[in-house]
Amino acid sequence: MQVSLAKRLTRAIMDPLDGWLLALLAGVFVLSMIALFSASNQSWAKIDNKLVYTALSLLIMWLLARLSPQTVMHLALPLYVAGVLLLVGVELFGITVNGSTRWLNVGIARIQPSEIMKIALPMMLAWYFQKYETTLNWRHYVVAAVLIVIPGLLILKQPDLGTATLVMGAGFFALFFAGLSWKIIIGGGVAFLASLPVVWNLMHDYQRKRVLTLIDPMEDPLGAGYHIIQSMIAIGSGGVWGKGWLAGSQTHLDYIPERTTDFIFAVYSEEFGLAGNLLLLALYLGIISRCLLITARAPTLYGRLLAGAITLSFFVYVFVNMGMVAGILPVVGVPLPFMSYGGTATVSLAIGLGMLMGIGKLQRR
Amino acid sequence: MSRVYTPRYQQNLKPAMRLAPGRVTVVLLLLGALLLALLARAIYLQVVQQDFLQNQGDARFRRTLLLEANRGEITDRNGEPLAISTPVQSIWASPVDMELGTVPAAKLQQLARLLEMPLDEVKRKLSDNKREFVYLKRQISPALAQQVMALEIPGVAKQQEFRRYYPAGEMLAHVVGFTGVDGKGQEGFELTREKMLAGKHGSRTVLKDRRGHIVEDLAVIEPPRDGQTLQLSIDKRIQYLAYRELKAAMEVNKAKAGGVVVLDARTGEVLALANTPSYNPNNRAVLEPEMRRNRAVVDMFEPGSTMKPFPIAMALDAGKVTPDTVFDTQTYRIGPATVRDTHPKPAMTVTQIIQKSSNVGSSKMAAMFSPEDMWTFYRQAGFGQSPQTGFPGESAGRLRDWQNWRPIEQATMSFGYGVSVSLLQLARSYTVFTNRGALLPVSFTRLGAPLPGKSLIKPDTAKKMRDMMVTVTEEGGTAVRAQVLGYHVGGKSGTARKLVGGAYAANKHIGLFVGFAPATTPRLIVAMMIDEPGAGAYYGGAVAGPAFSNIMAGSLRILGVEPDAPSNNTLIPEHQISEVREET
Repeated sequence: MQVSLAKRLTRAIMDPLDGWLLALLAGVFVLSMIALFSASNQSWAKIDNKLVYTALSLLIMWLLARLSPQTVMHLALPLYVAGVLLLVGVELFGITVNGSTRWLNVGIARIQPSEIMKIALPMMLAWYFQKYETTLNWRHYVVAAVLIVIPGLLILKQPDLGTATLVMGAGFFALFFAGLSWKIIIGGGVAFLASLPVVWNLMHDYQRKRVLTLIDPMEDPLGAGYHIIQSMIAIGSGGVWGKGWLAGSQTHLDYIPERTTDFIFAVYSEEFGLAGNLLLLALYLGIISRCLLITARAPTLYGRLLAGAITLSFFVYVFVNMGMVAGILPVVGVPLPFMSYGGTATVSLAIGLGMLMGIGKLQRR
Repeated sequence: MSRVYTPRYQQNLKPAMRLAPGRVTVVLLLLGALLLALLARAIYLQVVQQDFLQNQGDARFRRTLLLEANRGEITDRNGEPLAISTPVQSIWASPVDMELGTVPAAKLQQLARLLEMPLDEVKRKLSDNKREFVYLKRQISPALAQQVMALEIPGVAKQQEFRRYYPAGEMLAHVVGFTGVDGKGQEGFELTREKMLAGKHGSRTVLKDRRGHIVEDLAVIEPPRDGQTLQLSIDKRIQYLAYRELKAAMEVNKAKAGGVVVLDARTGEVLALANTPSYNPNNRAVLEPEMRRNRAVVDMFEPGSTMKPFPIAMALDAGKVTPDTVFDTQTYRIGPATVRDTHPKPAMTVTQIIQKSSNVGSSKMAAMFSPEDMWTFYRQAGFGQSPQTGFPGESAGRLRDWQNWRPIEQATMSFGYGVSVSLLQLARSYTVFTNRGALLPVSFTRLGAPLPGKSLIKPDTAKKMRDMMVTVTEEGGTAVRAQVLGYHVGGKSGTARKLVGGAYAANKHIGLFVGFAPATTPRLIVAMMIDEPGAGAYYGGAVAGPAFSNIMAGSLRILGVEPDAPSNNTLIPEHQISEVREET
């Protein structure tokens, strides 16, 4: 029977996926298409591209959601070890672009091993904590900290402060959900603040400049402060209701830098105003809430830790990007999840959410 | 997924090791707080700061451009152009809108080459990145500007401007003047009528993108209002003639400077006014203050004998003398001083006093009046008063207060010493004789109808004066060389010693001749001044007479004025001229 076939097919496709998350992601996707069309000066080529990599991301998400988390879990150790080895490879044979060594030529393509670490590190930690779940004591936290610090330092050395922060953040989130003592968290926080002057001395000039620019963008309006000033003007001049689709003057007069990628929020904000921002923030809040719910309900420790780390990483992306575009955080190259144009970021986010849906599916059984 | 895989260590999962509920709460609170912070920031930017940021945005892409108004033309009385504007381009840049580092070096080099500027200077101008506007090069040809714009350097733009062109060149430089590089009048009528000629700039608003390209024309805020055409009273043909003859006379007489004024005897309009040395207003590379001075209007000098017709006209008008009254013209003593003529004669009629320019005769007629009467008469003839032409630095001449006059001073003032005039003033004063006894105002702009003059002497007196003054250019007069074939020419010559350091110099003179024709119904007044003639001759009739004659003859022909002495068809030949010389 035809109807029943179609029904079964739909079921087979939809079954592994999380309905709520899918619906919320679809909402973000629609907004992102609208913003991209405007930001790219109505380039159909970019729209086509985005459709292609979004379809690819969906496929990957679906595949990972279908797989049992326990199956995927077995990849944790090999992936982590491979990732660390590749980072060492970068250190030894990497390609240097603009003063930092982030890429490695592996024959067929150039890869950025630090990207792999964003997912490999929380997987590794979740697997590690689950393995020693019953006998967990302080030594395991020390080992976990070492597991975090090894790739973290390798990435810092490239140097790539942004990615290092994100990778170590993802690891810390896993540690946090694994029940790291509050005393250590607070103590670490205090130690971090105390070490800021030392960190400042270790920082590269471009990093210091970014921090200083954040404090006062007008100090260097043509250099480092340029991006922030332009995007703040775009957001602010949008007002409550925005200037209307395709009518953002900052956007269309070419004042906003990287307007299809990292700064797409400025474009969106200028054209749709505060109202549009509220809608977008509501969608992200929905996605994060759903992810947290999945995290809390996950039946295994691996699931809880990995889902928690993915969720908080996702949140960090959203917060850091919006904070940067709105001028409250320094400029670091973090895309806005599913809004910014770019295949790599979308695929890696889809991998995370795919695993998260797989974890979520377990609890439904 | 039919079977859930459960590893061994899952089976003895302790409830205590489940995700701590406290952690989720903390995370929820933290995330909520951070999202609220984002929201607060959005509200701050989009509501509180909206106006400020909107303005900041506008300041970056909205630009108000000036719309240049066309400067009005200056024409002569027949509509011939004397000053016209031709379109040129200026290249400017907005360093604020450009990033110098991103401009390819080759392009900068080409830019410098096209503008004929050193590369360093171009870079210096472009690197001042606080400025929104800096000129790179002004007034270049539209074709060159096109080449510069083809380089497509962001932030470099062109601007339409006008360059003033003066077809009459040096011939009329002092009257028309010129404009500076900013298009504003700096001399002559370009300066005095700046408001009328300049018109009013308009403006329009445009949108510019980050690279400085104009994306959209928003609106014309104010359309430009073009300047008006200024029609002068000058007749270009007469001006050319006057300038050419003046220059020739300068060379022949090896003079320091010179001036000529041609007036319409019936209306007081200035038909020509020329000075030497002059300059080319189209190319002012060499422009010395000497050349720049509009001497005929600005400079004062003692007019010498050209002043004599006034005391004589006063005596005639008062009925104290007739043209035939005879005066004792031997040496005349006034207190300790003596007035004498160069070629003394025992007696002369009033007519002869004019014809032969007798100082004694004019002094005796001046003595018939009180200083106050004479001062009033001179004053009404325009001396000591500004002719009100509006020229900057216009001279009013000098006529001292009558209360301080000593008798000898009153006598010298009758033959033009102790009183100073400008050439324009002197020419104007002769309208009293040509215009039925009334002094006309002078005008540099073309008049629809003549302005009424101020009556000074009776029309009959004026006619008698003209008749007497005709004898000056006839056999036995002081300026036979001023005669014109076919016309009766009336006038008066003058030869004034120049004051150098408070004393009259023996070898520095000003040669003058002021005359009118046709003497029966005068049409033109020509006043000619040769400053410091250095080729031997220095008598007014000899140095200024021939040039006067050429200018008068040519101008009458140009205007098609009917001869009033058609039977007089021979000029007195040069070798037969026995001119009476005068020293005043």
